Amino acid sequence: MAIVFEKPKALANVPLHYCPGCTHGIIHRLVAEAIDALGIEGTTVGVAPVGCSVMAYNYFNCDMVEAAHGRAPAVATGLKRAMPENIIFTYQGDGDLASIGMAETVHAATRNENITVIFVNNAIYGMTGGQMAPTSLPGQVTQTSPYGRDVKHCGWPVKVCEMLAQLEGPEYLERVAVNNVKNIRNAKRAIQKAFENQINNKGFSLIEVISSCPTNWGMTPQKALQWIDDNMIPYYPLGVYKDRSAEQEKA
Amino acid sequence: MSTMNILIAGFGGQGVLFAGKFLAYKGLLEDRQVSWLPSYGPEMRGGTANCNVILSDDPIGSPIVNKPDCLIVMNKPSLDKFVDTVVPGGMILIDSTMIDSKVERDDVTVYYVPASKLAGDAGFSTLANMILVGKLLYAMKDKGMDNVEEILKHVIPARKMDLLDINKKAIQTGYDYEA
Amino acid sequence: MAEKVLMKGNEAIAEAAIMAGCRHYFGYPITPQTEIAAYMAKRMPKIGGCFLQAESEIAAINMVYGAASAGVRVMTSSSSPGISLKGEGLSYMAGSDLPALVINVQRGGPGLGGIQPSQSDYFQSTRGGGHGDYHMIILAPASVQEMASLTFKGFDLAEKYRMTAMILADGTMGQMMEPVSLEMGEINEHDKSWAVTGTKMARKHNIINSLSLIPEELEQQNFDRYARYKKVEENEVMYEEYLMDDAEICIVAFGIAARVSRNAINEARAQGIKVGMIRPITLWPFPKDALDKAADTCKAFISVELSMGQMIEDVQLATKCRRPVTLCNRAGGMIPSPEEVLQAIKEAKGGLE
Repeated sequence: MAIVFEKPKALANVPLHYCPGCTHGIIHRLVAEAIDALGIEGTTVGVAPVGCSVMAYNYFNCDMVEAAHGRAPAVATGLKRAMPENIIFTYQGDGDLASIGMAETVHAATRNENITVIFVNNAIYGMTGGQMAPTSLPGQVTQTSPYGRDVKHCGWPVKVCEMLAQLEGPEYLERVAVNNVKNIRNAKRAIQKAFENQINNKGFSLIEVISSCPTNWGMTPQKALQWIDDNMIPYYPLGVYKDRSAEQEKA
Repeated sequence: MSTMNILIAGFGGQGVLFAGKFLAYKGLLEDRQVSWLPSYGPEMRGGTANCNVILSDDPIGSPIVNKPDCLIVMNKPSLDKFVDTVVPGGMILIDSTMIDSKVERDDVTVYYVPASKLAGDAGFSTLANMILVGKLLYAMKDKGMDNVEEILKHVIPARKMDLLDINKKAIQTGYDYEA
Repeated sequence: MAEKVLMKGNEAIAEAAIMAGCRHYFGYPITPQTEIAAYMAKRMPKIGGCFLQAESEIAAINMVYGAASAGVRVMTSSSSPGISLKGEGLSYMAGSDLPALVINVQRGGPGLGGIQPSQSDYFQSTRGGGHGDYHMIILAPASVQEMASLTFKGFDLAEKYRMTAMILADGTMGQMMEPVSLEMGEINEHDKSWAVTGTKMARKHNIINSLSLIPEELEQQNFDRYARYKKVEENEVMYEEYLMDDAEICIVAFGIAARVSRNAINEARAQGIKVGMIRPITLWPFPKDALDKAADTCKAFISVELSMGQMIEDVQLATKCRRPVTLCNRAGGMIPSPEEVLQAIKEAKGGLE
């Protein structure tokens, strides 16, 4: 009997702690599939963030480092500079990457640091129980914006791909989602490309993955996936925001 | 027990630190204990600069020269500030082009050297500092001009070695000047 | 004997680090230690190393964290306000048991403070500086030669005990030039099997981590770490005694304060006062036993510091408050003069009569 579906080898055989319906599991799987497909598990070192995916270091079979909150791109920089031949990726949430770690993100990007960044944007702080994130939508109700995010009071959401695309530095920026099969397949392609870019020494590649948080959004997993379509993607349009190599080929 | 505490003071850009470095290397090449400490701070060119140099035959304690045996001053504010700190029996070397006042103490030896004018006349206007160093070598009466070239080779950066000759000339000028 | 060269303290640190095999430097500019970064920026590209100016001290220490995770010799340098920013990373490195060398060329504080020499980060450094139970090995050079040799040794100790070593210097040590011999000896090899260099598919994955959500486990990790710290306390204490044989007054001072005190001691001896000095070279581990023993014979202690009095507490603890300990100090970037120390010695002497 042919095997048509199995767990990626780079994914550890341990239970994940994520809430039911959370799409972190899918994104972990896509990262592990890319590592498998490229045969790089033995040389890859991942950097886990602080946030829901803090324990990602237990979930991948490659070597892993747990970074301080927001500092994953700096830690990855240290790793990559010490071991240019190894493959280094960070896995970060929106609070980690776009709030407390914004400086590290922008500067790793502008240095075109040859690393792969997986940026999971679910518009909320999940681990701490549902506070407003830098990417929470205008009007979005959270524990710390109980009347809805008032942009006059606390500002607008950060559009990370659009912002980083203004920099000369980064090689590749793409926003994808994992709320349906078509989007997942596209996310898989994008994540693999982000690793390939590193293998080919092209530099900083960031994949922003629009993800759901049924628990803290207060809805069923199914409704959460629909909420991505209805609210997240209109605000955070999917697509490639920068692809220097492709642009150069065109020119 | 022989220790010489030297304080060199002037404006930033007058070569105060370089002169100190020369004296420190002199000590090093003569196998003595040496320390060199600049005042550091936001003062750049035009601000005050001073440099503490200690040459000793014994291990050096504090590298800070509070009571110099030898004071070299290249501007008036520095003379006013430090003149009373020189130990009795010590010496003061003054760039008399820059400072027109006289020292009123009679317990120190004072050398008035128009270093800036001598330097300008000789065509190396930036080397008044080394003219004063030359006078100090004379005043120290130890090895005279013996190892000046060797010291300079250590002190002048490789890419500026073409300045060795005029540095040597400047030191000689100061050494020979009859104060 | 190797030829001696005149070097600035900051440059001596940089060169000694390179001789110790350090090929990775991450830092952010701050006075008065920029010569270290400048030296590294010049040298590293020529020897196949990496100098990278980070976007902040926080990023710099986390780059150190990353490179240390890879098992390479790595360092950063800063001055007091910058070290506060690095506090987070220092705590994480302690929690992850990562070796690295950190340089603090102290300046006066608190806050932005000034840029003149200070020793007011004594508490911050000897007590860890960041959150949590941990220590760093704190090395306090008092000469340019020690700036070099303690840097070299610092890397070795850091790797031997898998912890951060810190050079706690001050502006004078960084800026002064003295003759220095760069003969440093052999580099010791230490186990790096914990490093995240890629599994090569030949071993289980390594994880560098300070998170531990099960209190029993986290407690055990703390116990294990402190067992290691105990070994450091047993084996690595360094101090220098000066004229202690017949001393009835003992000065305790490190760094520039010890240099100034030496002048004062010589003058006091010339005046017939029996005074000596214990100069801690390691501030953590602190030379407790040496001070305790000194308290058997010395009748008074003076802590000479460039702070409002921080090390004095360790002197009191080490001597078990058996003898009076007085403070001779300046702060905010000021340095006590030999006369001020001499005065303190005379006052201590007067107190004995």
